[in-house]
Amino acid sequence: MAEDAILEMRAITKEFPGVKALSDVNLTVRRGEIHAICGENGAGKSTLMNVLSGVYPHGTYEGDIVFEGEICQFGGITDSEKAGIVIIHQELALSPYLSIAENIFIGNERGRAGWIDWGATETLARTYLERVGLHDNPATKANELGVGKQQLVEIAKALSKDVTLLILDEPTAALNDDDSDRLLDLMLELKQQGVTSILISHKLNEIKKVADTVTIIRDGQTIETLDAASPEVNEDRIIKGMVGRDLTHRFPEHTPHIGEELLRIEDWTVHHPSDRARVVVDHADLTVRAGEIVGIAGLMGAGRTELAMSVFGHSWGVDISGTVYKRGEPVNTRSVPAAIRAGLAYATEDRKTYGLNLIDDIARNVSAAGLSSLSNRLGWVDGNREHVVAEQYRRDMNIKAPSVSSIVGKLSGGNQQKVVLSKWMFADPDVLILDEPTRGIDVGAKYEIYTIINRLADEGKGVIVISSELPELLGLCDRIYTLSEGVITAEVTRSEASPERLMQSMTKIREEDHL
Amino acid sequence: MSSTQTEARPEKGGLIASTVSYMSGQLRQIGLFIALIVIVLFFQIVTQGITLSPRNVSNLIVQNSYILILAIGMVMVIIAGHIDLSVGSVVAVIGALAGVLNNKLGLDWGTTVVLCLIAGAVIGAWQGFWIAYFHIESFIVTLGGMLLFRGLAQILLHNTQISPFDDGFRAIGSGFLPDLGGGTSFLEPLTMILGVGAVVALVGMSVRSRRSRAKNGLALEPLGWFTLKTAFMAVLILGIAWLLASYRGTPVVLIILGVLVVVYSAVMANSVFGRHVYALGGNKRAAQLSGVKTDRVSFLLFVNIGVLSALAGIVFTAQLNLAGPSAGNGFELDAIAAVFIGGAAVSGGIGTIGGAIVGGLIIGVLNNGMTIMGVGTEWQEFIKGLVLLAAVAFDVVNKRRGARQG
Repeated sequence: MAEDAILEMRAITKEFPGVKALSDVNLTVRRGEIHAICGENGAGKSTLMNVLSGVYPHGTYEGDIVFEGEICQFGGITDSEKAGIVIIHQELALSPYLSIAENIFIGNERGRAGWIDWGATETLARTYLERVGLHDNPATKANELGVGKQQLVEIAKALSKDVTLLILDEPTAALNDDDSDRLLDLMLELKQQGVTSILISHKLNEIKKVADTVTIIRDGQTIETLDAASPEVNEDRIIKGMVGRDLTHRFPEHTPHIGEELLRIEDWTVHHPSDRARVVVDHADLTVRAGEIVGIAGLMGAGRTELAMSVFGHSWGVDISGTVYKRGEPVNTRSVPAAIRAGLAYATEDRKTYGLNLIDDIARNVSAAGLSSLSNRLGWVDGNREHVVAEQYRRDMNIKAPSVSSIVGKLSGGNQQKVVLSKWMFADPDVLILDEPTRGIDVGAKYEIYTIINRLADEGKGVIVISSELPELLGLCDRIYTLSEGVITAEVTRSEASPERLMQSMTKIREEDHL
Repeated sequence: MSSTQTEARPEKGGLIASTVSYMSGQLRQIGLFIALIVIVLFFQIVTQGITLSPRNVSNLIVQNSYILILAIGMVMVIIAGHIDLSVGSVVAVIGALAGVLNNKLGLDWGTTVVLCLIAGAVIGAWQGFWIAYFHIESFIVTLGGMLLFRGLAQILLHNTQISPFDDGFRAIGSGFLPDLGGGTSFLEPLTMILGVGAVVALVGMSVRSRRSRAKNGLALEPLGWFTLKTAFMAVLILGIAWLLASYRGTPVVLIILGVLVVVYSAVMANSVFGRHVYALGGNKRAAQLSGVKTDRVSFLLFVNIGVLSALAGIVFTAQLNLAGPSAGNGFELDAIAAVFIGGAAVSGGIGTIGGAIVGGLIIGVLNNGMTIMGVGTEWQEFIKGLVLLAAVAFDVVNKRRGARQG
């Protein structure tokens, strides 16, 4: 098989002071295939890709990279790109105020003697955009594009560098199902055009859909390489390899104890802040009972986050109307402090931007929404009790950090999410709205988060879970609402729910629109 | 016993080893302090003892007091992610106002001070309104304020100077607490009493806070380090008291400054408001979604720096016994430099009152030492610029070192 290999990484070992991030890793990628790399967060996937792309230059690791039959010694990203290896990172790197065309050729400008040839830039940009199926004007500014389209621009940029090996690091992490599907189709199309791809992904269904081969990495070592087409290789098989144990239950067992109605949202309507005529949430009704986990399913843009944030202190949207009832009584949720007083909590889908103070420590993040219970009437905070409380959450929630004085920005995604949950648990709400609580988190940590959610319900709280992953909603929720273009289109109990049924309701209006 | 910071447990390794390892983790804070001491000792040697003479130490405190007052307000604003470029002009306009009230209208010094502080609050509220509720960048609003209040000062003064001020007003800037020894004792008694009192309060509070942490099962600083730090601070306070007592006693501004430092340090470290300031600077959206009224916090911060700028204006005018149209020129830059030398981050969320004070003292000692040495102002500016750059570069290096270890 070695003769049709485009890339061989042989016995790669990479050490950081005190940590062996990669140990004797071998990876063979065949020409023209889509090769998936799976592993939990921290398994060493990104380190391996950084070695490959020259972020860690030759000499800082042991082992050989053989690309196109030659041993390569990349001194930096420019070297690997010259060889035809392009990596697209999880965090997109487009310059927001430059146009699509300018972004495609950034660092690689079309022109002569330092002067840009705008004609060539635009014409060439169009051909690359054609190849990735993006039909926007190349003069459009990058910040006017959605994440899905930005991802396509990144790929066009890679194509402009005559890429032969394209590495995509979690490309669909921020995309909705439609955009994800488009991206995966594009990968298959590029494969037809002879581009070899390496796909790093958490989403096993995607791997199953596009990958020819799967290599599993665990604890800095290659565990196995599987043929993705083989029928024995299914999601459970891959998970088993990733976590090193049979994960027969991806969701913890849970028997709900559902009580009285806790929260009722009636006739909730929200308009878009920059386009007041646009209705983003349309006369939505929703209830949550004590001890109940309620899911909200919807495609990206259906208004899930907008619904949650508008209820939580009118944090999103304008011209909001409707009533929120707590235990049958109308409550004020017009500002965030009022919503917190009313017993609501909202853990955001984007914890880095909206959920955490990344430069501060665990203790101060945990106490951020519940300082009033740690302070006296004069507004002085009891710092000792704060540390004791935070330490308790660190242990209960199994936050992996040396101490509660650790800076939150240095924790892994799963541990950061646990800090966000700790913060809202400490605020002691009655109803928690969890927006994408497991986004970007590895399988093991997901299980822990599910356990915590179940525990919250068992304490008699109402939990609303918003998720893009249908299996997650099906495995976790007692009842699921589907949302489509701001309208609640169905309410399905756990026993009636199936992916097909949900998907049908999630796409309801769209189809009617087409009629 | 449980411990949140196992690596800092005193029982691991010896007293000295644990102290050294703890210190290396606190390099930024300690390094800044050591830098100040090294600079003082350097000037002490090259000026042949003039730097630490009683008279010069007294002058050093008095002449830097207004920059330190401004630095307290400035560090809070910068932690919140804002900036205030107008403080120098506010000093001028408040000086002018004090001149009109005290000299022209003949109001007594107490009324003058109260009205000036209220004027400072109004100025702060004006700028805070545009920044917090109109959401215009603080850089723009206070750049406007810088011009606006400079102009207002010139209008109030009709482009001339106002002098003199009454004795009570002058005492705020250049006065001393009454001499209990009647001017004949070897050491002025009141200053020594205040010094000893400060040491007793410091030791008492340190021990109490350590006990309280221990009672809650929290990690403690290594005992060796705790003892060393407390003893060092005690010696430092007594040393300064000794020097002041052998000159003219305790300057009034030192008392003002001491109260401000203690109160504002406590507010920033231990109050809900202080937490909200750090949360706002660290991540504004996250703070809002945690229930922090960020607009109100920003507004209050500008009211606060308005009042502190007014206080600095009063102190400065009282010291010169003169209100002039160009008073306070460039003060904003000294205050901002003090804050950044003191370890604050341009992007907000990081900084301390103590750091800003030490940063301000470093600038003050450099000014003072170089003036004694006869270094021209052109070289003073040059060297201050290098020091600011070096302090921030040290931060960057230190952060990288921390990142590699982390």
